[in-house]
Amino acid sequence: MLSNKTYTSTRNSCKLCAPLGASLVFKGIEGCVPLIHGSQGCATYIRRYMISHYKEPVDIASSNFSEESTVFGGSKNFITGIENIIKQYKPKVIGIASTCLSETIGEDIPGHIRHYKESHETDGTLIPTFINASTPSYCGSHADGFHNTVLATVKTLAKNNTATDAITILPGLVTPADIRYLKELMADFGLKLILFPDFSETLDNEYTSEYQLIPTGGTPISEIERMGDTKAVIEFGSMFNKGTQRMKDAGNTQTAGEWLETTHYVPNNQMPMPIGIEASDRLMETLKKLSGSEIPEKHRKERGRLVDSYVDAHKYVFGKKALIYGEEDFASALADWLREIGVEPLWIKGADFETLKEKAVDFKPDFVMGNSKGYYIARERKIPLIRIGFPIHDRFGASRINQIGYRGTQQLFDMVVNALIEYKQENSPIGYKYI
Amino acid sequence: MAGANERTIDCNKASLAGSVSQRACVFCGSRVVLYPIVDALHIIHGPIGCAAYTWDIRGSLSSGPELHRLSYCTDLQERDVIFGGEPKLYKSIIELIDLHKPKAAFIYTTCIVGVIGDDVEQICRTVEKEKGIPIIPVQAPGFQGSKKDGYKVACEAIFTLVGTKSKPFTPAKSINILGDFNLAGELWILLEYYKKMGVHVNATITGDGRVDDICNAHNAALNVVQCSGSMNYLAKMMKDEYNIPSMRVSYFGIEDMSDALYDVARFFKDDDMMAKARELVKEEFARLMPELTWYKERLTGKKAAIYVGGAFKAISLVKALRLIGVESVIVGSQTGTTEDYELIKQLCDEGTIIVDDSNPVELSHFVKEKKADIFIGGVKERPIAHKIGLGFCDHNHERKEPLAGYEGMINFAKEIYATAMSPVWKFTKG
Repeated sequence: MLSNKTYTSTRNSCKLCAPLGASLVFKGIEGCVPLIHGSQGCATYIRRYMISHYKEPVDIASSNFSEESTVFGGSKNFITGIENIIKQYKPKVIGIASTCLSETIGEDIPGHIRHYKESHETDGTLIPTFINASTPSYCGSHADGFHNTVLATVKTLAKNNTATDAITILPGLVTPADIRYLKELMADFGLKLILFPDFSETLDNEYTSEYQLIPTGGTPISEIERMGDTKAVIEFGSMFNKGTQRMKDAGNTQTAGEWLETTHYVPNNQMPMPIGIEASDRLMETLKKLSGSEIPEKHRKERGRLVDSYVDAHKYVFGKKALIYGEEDFASALADWLREIGVEPLWIKGADFETLKEKAVDFKPDFVMGNSKGYYIARERKIPLIRIGFPIHDRFGASRINQIGYRGTQQLFDMVVNALIEYKQENSPIGYKYI
Repeated sequence: MAGANERTIDCNKASLAGSVSQRACVFCGSRVVLYPIVDALHIIHGPIGCAAYTWDIRGSLSSGPELHRLSYCTDLQERDVIFGGEPKLYKSIIELIDLHKPKAAFIYTTCIVGVIGDDVEQICRTVEKEKGIPIIPVQAPGFQGSKKDGYKVACEAIFTLVGTKSKPFTPAKSINILGDFNLAGELWILLEYYKKMGVHVNATITGDGRVDDICNAHNAALNVVQCSGSMNYLAKMMKDEYNIPSMRVSYFGIEDMSDALYDVARFFKDDDMMAKARELVKEEFARLMPELTWYKERLTGKKAAIYVGGAFKAISLVKALRLIGVESVIVGSQTGTTEDYELIKQLCDEGTIIVDDSNPVELSHFVKEKKADIFIGGVKERPIAHKIGLGFCDHNHERKEPLAGYEGMINFAKEIYATAMSPVWKFTKG
């Protein structure tokens, strides 16, 4: 009924704000404490959002803007903030994300950093590395914030020093399980890896019994510094931080991989997030070329089993329709994969959940696939929601979902097939036990 | 900041820059208080984050419309920040009113609107004239203070509705319930009790809240205020303007719940009402005690750390825990006042650590020192508790089991038991 009306407001947003993406990246740097330069609510909300997904402590400091800092500038709060973080956490890195507030009043964060460094140069203070990402909430989404922060970090740290035969992987917003998978895959290929951001441990830590001020794990600064010398870059995505162009960038936005290629002449291999056989083949081909060796048997067999399972279950998924959403790089890869197995996806770039709900009336999806926030649509339509991506606030184990490579695709495929079979079984008048 | 023997706690200061505070901002405070008004539109004028993070956040249930569970936002872009967001806001409100036909609309301003200077009040007045429903600006730029300041902003917004309409008849012995947000249906439990006593509940502010009831709130004889941190200000304004007295209550734990009922009966000087209250308490007590004794036998000796939003809630928790044999060794809140902390000090044993606006570092340090077994707090504290091998009870606004009233006391005991006695702790020790 409403399917053709468009609304001025965003109704039940799919996207989140840029400082959240920045915080995620900062959590993937070893010894890093994120600082959000803005009001206290920003840090608190983002912490709560991430904690409910990762089920891990997430410390994010705030410079706690007040009326005074808004009128006279936030430099005082910024400096006090930095001093307090250093006193409490002794971090190796402080990752600073700006907000809509600090950007609008024109805070000069690089100036504040310089000022702080100058005033502590000679007093023996251990000065951490500062990384500063410009992430106003009014530009793009958390995905833009994520990729802009990856770029800002690489730009700040990457140097040309000594050649290394390592490969840089910039996987984007994947899960801790995906990161662990990539490490294993690269080791199996016999390739050295620098992966950034690596929040596979910081946001999916073991039981520690002690409260770790800064959780162990993360990409070490020394590795990010060497990125300019690596043999090649692999970055997953097609949109990255180019979703919403900042006025000041005027169409010149680069990804971190592109920057490494143009500045440090590291060949960049951009490819879609490897979800599905075709997309994963592309990654494997690249790794074959870079390593000069064949796909390790373990992974060749994973592909073989995946093909085998596609064949076994093809009828249960063919011709089905899926409503999907998520960050552009993720959702577009997911859409391609669904087509690969004969499912028709509906993905509307930039749409909010209410629009999706209205579109679903005509589209009549068989299932919904994406983060947990689309649950209400699935519930209303009495169809399954297959939870993947970020955030998953109503289930456990989001960090342990492997979504990429042959192995991850296998997990996704089994989830989809079983959800459809379960749906059919639950709605059948006969309680059959065989399919 | 903390300590058992300090004379007073400096609790109203802003959090230090650079700290990882559990507190939030003005917007957050106003949003959580107004959120449960179910037949009003809630539109956030600002960038997307503020709206996305507050979409369907509280377990505040509705017995009717569910407009409160929708998150609307003008989603300001760089262009709007430069040229102003007023046209976007105006169009958004008009479209959404046409779509939902709400009883009122709350328009929240955020940090950035406070800076770019959109005249939100003017737009609200214009739309109000056009659409004939109250359009209430909620001036909530985050930087203007803490969550507590946001409560005040919310109270002011509610107060603009109070007294604007009178229902044809409001019974003499009627109360407004302030500061219950109907989490997991807790309000409905209370309504049942008051109904049994013969008390008419006029407006519920804001749990399962309705605009028309709030407009008529000035016709109640008494404001019964829970979560005093958020609602005292409204009660005070209603006292000044409409001469409605108020009383502070808590619905957590047998003791405080019973007092809440007795105090209302006492206020109305109604023997019949008091007799019914006593009857109710007696019945519930007889039903509860065997079960609670069972829990107490098993939980005695366990130690709890409490860190919740409001201090009054913390006080109730101390008492409720004592009832099931659990000692409170750390008690803290985000928004307590000096008087609240005095009260806590009197209530607790010597050596109990009392904290205001704490942070994870400090909290984990205290917990180790006092050898607590269980942590009671909000969603942000849960992973910290779990990481250091502590049981956890969610006493914040996302809970799904009612913890208020007599029924709530049993749920509370169950939850404490479930977390304190789980066999999994054997893997975290040693």
